[in-house]
Amino acid sequence: MAVCIAVIAKENYPLYIRSVPTQNELKFHYTVHTSLDVVEEKISAVGKAMADQRELYLGLLYPTEDYKVYGYVTNSKVKFVIVVDSSNASLRDNEIRSMFRKLHNSFTDVMCNPFYNPGDTIRSKAFDGMVSTMMVQTS
Amino acid sequence: MESLTLTDVEQKYYSDLFVYCDTDNTKKVASNGRVLDLFRAAQLPSEVVLQITELCGATRLGHFGRSQFYIALKLIAVAQSGLPLRVESLNSVKDLPLPRFVVAKNEQEARHTALYPDLENQGSYQGVIPRPPGRGQVKKVSTHEVIQPCVPTVEPQPDTTSPVVSPHHSPPLSPQAWRKHKRQASGGNVERQPVVVAGAVWTPFRDAQSGAVVASDGMWSAHSPPPVQESWVSLKDIHPPSSSTLPPMHPSSVQENSSIRTLASATASNEIQRQSSSGYDDPWKITDEQRQYYINQFKTIQPDLNAFIPGSAAKEFFTKSKLPILELSHIWELSDFDKDGALTLDEFCAAFHLVVARKNGYDLPEKLPESLMPKLIDLDDSAEVSDQAPDVGYSGSPVEVTPNKSPSMPSLNQTWPDLNQGNEQWETFSERSSSSQTLTQFDSNIAPADPDTAIVHPVPIRMTPSKIHMQEMELKRTGSDHTHPTSPLMAKPPEHSDEPKLATTLKFVSANSGDAYSSSDSYTSDQDPITSIVTRQRSHSGTSPEGLKVVAAPPPPPPRPHPSHSRSSSLDMNRTFAAVSTGPQQAGVVTYPPAVPPRPLPTQTSGTHSGHRSDEGLAAHSTTSPQQIPEQPNFADFSQFQAFAAADQPGDDGDKQPESLPVEKSSDGPGPLRTIKSDSQEERATAIVNTTKGPIMAPPPKPVRRRLKSEDELQDEAPPPMSNVIATVLATQASIPRSLGKDKKAIQASIRRNKETNTVLARLNSELQQQLKDLLEERISLEVQLEQLRPFSHL
Repeated sequence: MAVCIAVIAKENYPLYIRSVPTQNELKFHYTVHTSLDVVEEKISAVGKAMADQRELYLGLLYPTEDYKVYGYVTNSKVKFVIVVDSSNASLRDNEIRSMFRKLHNSFTDVMCNPFYNPGDTIRSKAFDGMVSTMMVQTS
Repeated sequence: MESLTLTDVEQKYYSDLFVYCDTDNTKKVASNGRVLDLFRAAQLPSEVVLQITELCGATRLGHFGRSQFYIALKLIAVAQSGLPLRVESLNSVKDLPLPRFVVAKNEQEARHTALYPDLENQGSYQGVIPRPPGRGQVKKVSTHEVIQPCVPTVEPQPDTTSPVVSPHHSPPLSPQAWRKHKRQASGGNVERQPVVVAGAVWTPFRDAQSGAVVASDGMWSAHSPPPVQESWVSLKDIHPPSSSTLPPMHPSSVQENSSIRTLASATASNEIQRQSSSGYDDPWKITDEQRQYYINQFKTIQPDLNAFIPGSAAKEFFTKSKLPILELSHIWELSDFDKDGALTLDEFCAAFHLVVARKNGYDLPEKLPESLMPKLIDLDDSAEVSDQAPDVGYSGSPVEVTPNKSPSMPSLNQTWPDLNQGNEQWETFSERSSSSQTLTQFDSNIAPADPDTAIVHPVPIRMTPSKIHMQEMELKRTGSDHTHPTSPLMAKPPEHSDEPKLATTLKFVSANSGDAYSSSDSYTSDQDPITSIVTRQRSHSGTSPEGLKVVAAPPPPPPRPHPSHSRSSSLDMNRTFAAVSTGPQQAGVVTYPPAVPPRPLPTQTSGTHSGHRSDEGLAAHSTTSPQQIPEQPNFADFSQFQAFAAADQPGDDGDKQPESLPVEKSSDGPGPLRTIKSDSQEERATAIVNTTKGPIMAPPPKPVRRRLKSEDELQDEAPPPMSNVIATVLATQASIPRSLGKDKKAIQASIRRNKETNTVLARLNSELQQQLKDLLEERISLEVQLEQLRPFSHL
């Protein structure tokens, strides 16, 4: 279960960021922001291969004591960042991948909505619902 | 008759009631059922009703004229308020509440929007309508004022009916009352064009109008016991005044626009709102009138009911409803079931319904209500609907939903009455006149659904070679050129037994493939498959599961594409067919890769040629492919033909096929080959004619065609000399021994046909590829859904 999920636009501003409310959300915001550097580094590392070979799932961006940050970037340079609590039973990689896949699918659905202007913050109940299922159930 | 002075509200109310009762539009109401129902709904003892009738003079006249009707209504009000019935009381009683009518039946739940905003203004309805807090009386008053001038205009309109809902009903009762009224109204409405609904609905989409505001107030509460409006006020009434019932969002503007919001229109819109909001029993059910309205609206955007509305067009359309973008976005999310960024008819109706509901004050649901979900199976049109589920193979609801789209399409087509009346009035959307753009957009959308494209998913076909081939031949013959494209595809299924399974999952394909699947075993008739293909085409727009379901009812198998393969199909296929035909036929014929197989022996090709010939002989079709087939073998087998007598057919078939390949390959000497071929064709013709149709049927055509094509490519000549031959060949479809001249013509014709087939097949191939991609995407999405459903183990 994620502690914080964020969707960052191509221009590196957040389209959607949501954290488990019990904790200091600003901390997560900061974490996500700093993770963008790692994301940039990873996607630039591919070089010429570009999207063909560059995998969308970036994997663990960096771990800290408290939590781990995973990244995922789409072909349109929209980034998804998931922050999970390290204390949790470590989620398997494929679970993280599945979470990203669901995020991506929901994001695609949001994009398909003609009433959504790309670049707006994502205000979709369906998207929120999907994210809620992935967040840590607040105790 | 005593003079009757009515307040404006009463006037309006009564006029609406009168219109409601005046089904014949004769300006007088007989003591027919509606009037009686109305009076019964007044919950007065029968003797009182009788007395009223006498008093108003209807007994004397034998019918209710307008004045009599009004008098009767007023007397009802008098009686309901407990006053003795006196003629004098008509004018003497001041502040008489409006007569209350309680509809007993349970009609559709109606969002009885305040059809009579003015009535609401009267305050006597206060208890009834829990208006949204924002809606002050002010607006109502303004509306009321506005209404007055409108009242006269209302009168002439015959269609406004008014299931009288007692405004005095206590709120708990009112919903029920409304519902009843709604039902009653809808019953009456059904008779009239339910245009009203449309009109009402779209009024919101106009600039807010005072009437609309008031109406919207009523709508918000959904408890408005609009005494009068029940029926779908004819849009004529409504639209000219262009009352908008919706925009509760713009109360201020309402007042500004108060010019002509006739109550009629308001009520009409309320009616519509009510009906569209669907009552409490099933808040999300779409009434028939509503659906008709939606369908008409759909048509204005996209004339083809089976095609999509692209997202942008839908956005424009729904933006006119003045709902906040956020809500519209949510509505879109709910209604775009297959998440394809476009709305099919069902999706559009659902979205529209949700918009109307929202306008009426209903909160948007979190999930799409069941009644709004695109139905999998069309209720009426069962021809195509079938349990494709097994074929479909996927459980996701979107998938299931999509199949319904196509079946529902036919049913919708069948059930649509022509709401001309409404159409004109629905032209309120001036903005929507940009439909031309959308239409153009649709064209692109429609393209895939074009029946002619005949995207036929490969369908596994249990082949009894001879029978299948026969059928294919027949199909080819009988089918139009349209079906031709499919035929090659159809030919493929046998070989790709696995692919059909996949195909079923494809959306589009499912329609077609489903057909194929269900009918794979039985090639029945040509026309049926063709039609089924056509219908499937309709569902092409993303309703594949539906199509599959449709197909389940065993429609005749889609016309098998001509056995000959297109260029893309490997030559091996043809050869395989030939070989297979000779040997035991296997359903899952190996799908050879398109790579050119080594040329078989000439004997084989000649064999195929003979096989083709026999095909020709078999099929008395006049279409292209069959004719091509015979030509091709002959065409290809120039040298070999000579070598072979008309005798051994199997060998001939096999030979022909491989021979065709070599023929194609050889770029040099097509000319001489041709000439030789013509001769050999003659021989072949005779030989083939004698050959029995065997399993060779299927394979031979393919190589033949290809050969012909290659021939064409190789040389540009030939046509002139062949023309004669071809002409004669074409003329003689039946198994007839051909002369050399005929062969030439046939060859040329077959060459042409092969070319056409080639292009068609190439197109089909690309379409199939696209379908495959879509299918894979769908599969991925389904997997995601599956994961969603599966609870996280660790999380």
